[in-house]
Amino acid sequence: MKSDFAIELVDVVKRFGTVAAVDHVSMQIRPREFFALLGPSGCGKTTCLRMIAGFEQPSSGQLLLQGKPLGDIPAFKRNVNTVFQSYALFPHMTVAQNVAFGLEMKGVGRDEIRRRVADALDLVRLPQMADRYPKQMSGGQQQRVALARALVNKPEVLLLDEPLGALDYKLRKEMQIELKQMQQQLGITFIFVTHDQEEALTMSDRICVMSTGHALQVGTPLEIYERPNCKFVADFIGETNFLPGVVTEISGEYATVNVADMSLVGRLGEGVTLGASAWLSVRPEKMQLVDEARANPSALNTNSVTIDSVAYVGSDTRVVVHLGGQRLDVWDENNISTLDPNFYFRAGERASLSFPADNALVLVK
Amino acid sequence: MAQLVSASSSAPANVAGESRARVSAGRLVLTTITAATFAFLYVPIFVLIIFSFNQAKSGATWTGFTTEWYAKMFANEDLIEAALNSLLVGTISTLVAVVLGTLLALAMERYSFKGKAFWDGLLYMPVIIPEIVAGVSLLLFFAFIGLERGFPTLLAAHVAFTTPFVYLTVRARLADFDRSVEEAAMDLGADEWHTFWRITLPLLMPGVVSGALLAFTLSMDDFIISNFVKGVGWNTLPVYVWPQLKRAVSPEINAASTMLLLFSIFIVVLSLVLQRRQSRI
Ligand SMILES: Nc1ncnc2c1ncn2[C@@H]1O[C@H](COP(=O)(O)OP(=O)(O)OP(=O)(O)O)[C@@H](O)[C@H]1O
Ligand SMILES: [Mg+2]
Repeated sequence: MKSDFAIELVDVVKRFGTVAAVDHVSMQIRPREFFALLGPSGCGKTTCLRMIAGFEQPSSGQLLLQGKPLGDIPAFKRNVNTVFQSYALFPHMTVAQNVAFGLEMKGVGRDEIRRRVADALDLVRLPQMADRYPKQMSGGQQQRVALARALVNKPEVLLLDEPLGALDYKLRKEMQIELKQMQQQLGITFIFVTHDQEEALTMSDRICVMSTGHALQVGTPLEIYERPNCKFVADFIGETNFLPGVVTEISGEYATVNVADMSLVGRLGEGVTLGASAWLSVRPEKMQLVDEARANPSALNTNSVTIDSVAYVGSDTRVVVHLGGQRLDVWDENNISTLDPNFYFRAGERASLSFPADNALVLVK
Repeated sequence: MAQLVSASSSAPANVAGESRARVSAGRLVLTTITAATFAFLYVPIFVLIIFSFNQAKSGATWTGFTTEWYAKMFANEDLIEAALNSLLVGTISTLVAVVLGTLLALAMERYSFKGKAFWDGLLYMPVIIPEIVAGVSLLLFFAFIGLERGFPTLLAAHVAFTTPFVYLTVRARLADFDRSVEEAAMDLGADEWHTFWRITLPLLMPGVVSGALLAFTLSMDDFIISNFVKGVGWNTLPVYVWPQLKRAVSPEINAASTMLLLFSIFIVVLSLVLQRRQSRI
């Protein structure tokens, strides 16, 4: 039976002593998917990869590769390859020898090895470096060698542990695009570990957000950004304002929260119940500031605020406002062009802040 | 240094002058001590080499150049036999010590077990135990188990006192060994066996080679322990040379020592070359 999933984690737990590095994690990764594991340092991303690769055994739960339980199959028998966080190139071998190693171990013939190594080095654009030693190369070049060394084996699944972590900003951006292209061209499943949310959003088909050993949410970049299912995810991905309040009404997909005597409406989040305290979460770019004169104060989610500070950053203007004792970040897109220094609100002025109910989320506290 | 001090300092001239005087005095002392140390270390050896070409049969007066002693040395069958014995014992004991020491180091580094610190300490002990104690105890031990003295006891003793040195050098190399390269090898389909031969051992090689050279030199050098455990007719070079010296320092022994010295220099150069080659990658 061929499974619908390249990799499945079923209720996997990994304990080191008393600490659960991975705590009841389940996820399903589809074939040819670019799947990101995203989370802060120490949340268990590397441990997940190491269990898939076979360097660690789960304390409980099961891992499946194409529907077949991995059990205690040793690392060298799994059709999975890893690009290590530290590259882990063999320092005593040339680039070509590094890349050829996996094929040699599989007993591939010499001519085929030579051809495939050359192809792999072409793919990562390092054909002229075959005879160098890893020490004689830059970090970015070493990273490509690590990639070629893994890709040359044509694995079912490629595990990448923060492979771009050591690169400078520009090279990182370039490699992100190259990696994504390579993945689409080769049709290999990528499981990509990162703690950089922008990287995860731009590269992935789906993202799993992790925190302290838990998989909090799995979804497309759009789902993760627009519909985070808890405060942690909303906070970790992008910028968000959180207003504490009590849920006073639930109707259909929306909930009303009483925040400092104001009634604010947002989309109903998972597990939110009537009468419970909750967070109203709204992103800075999803609110509008208008002149009080032009506003309809009785409209939904519309309130009078005091402008605290204004910072012009080119593409938008970043404003801090006071709303019922709460400080809120508001980013207003600069969609007009003017040289008038007074074109915008100034600190101390009052304005009207509003947002549609669909732009806010009510999340469990 | 002195120039830097006076140039960069805005202090009055007399202070600058004083510090310059102090710096150059310090320099003089250091230079003298260094020179004296070098002289102390190498003049005797130099004298030995020169006197191995001296015509006089004994004594420390130069009477003329000759290579006669070298010819005599090569004609001295006992001496050649002792040298060959030394080479044989040195080579075999080094090979055994290298295998044992390397495996010991791997086991001690990789596995955790009860009382590990204690066992680790025990492996250091032979390095600091006085040789005379080691010699006597080995002799007693061989007598106790009823092993007659001869080549096997000599070999076993040499393996026993050289293995800890191999262990220590390999262990030092292992301490900063990045195990992720081994995981990378496994990830690429290498089982434990291939990982060891293709990755672990090549990367440990500098430690193994220095350990081997150390073991070999120690074995070639050893007098005290060998003297205890060798059997009749199993002289090593140092054991052969010692009684000769009791009579007089003969130029022939000077020649033999010079040859040994050349051999040691060869080993040191070899180890430097090997290390240089390793550090290039
Ligand atoms: N071999 C180990 N022994 C004990 N604890 C471990 C071990 N490996 C990981 N841990 C612990 O498990 C937790 C998760 O570690 P992991 O390496 O998976 O984090 P990570 O998400 O990859 O972090 P980072 O982004 O910093 O690489 C951490 O608290 C870590 O200290
Ligand atoms: Mg990690």
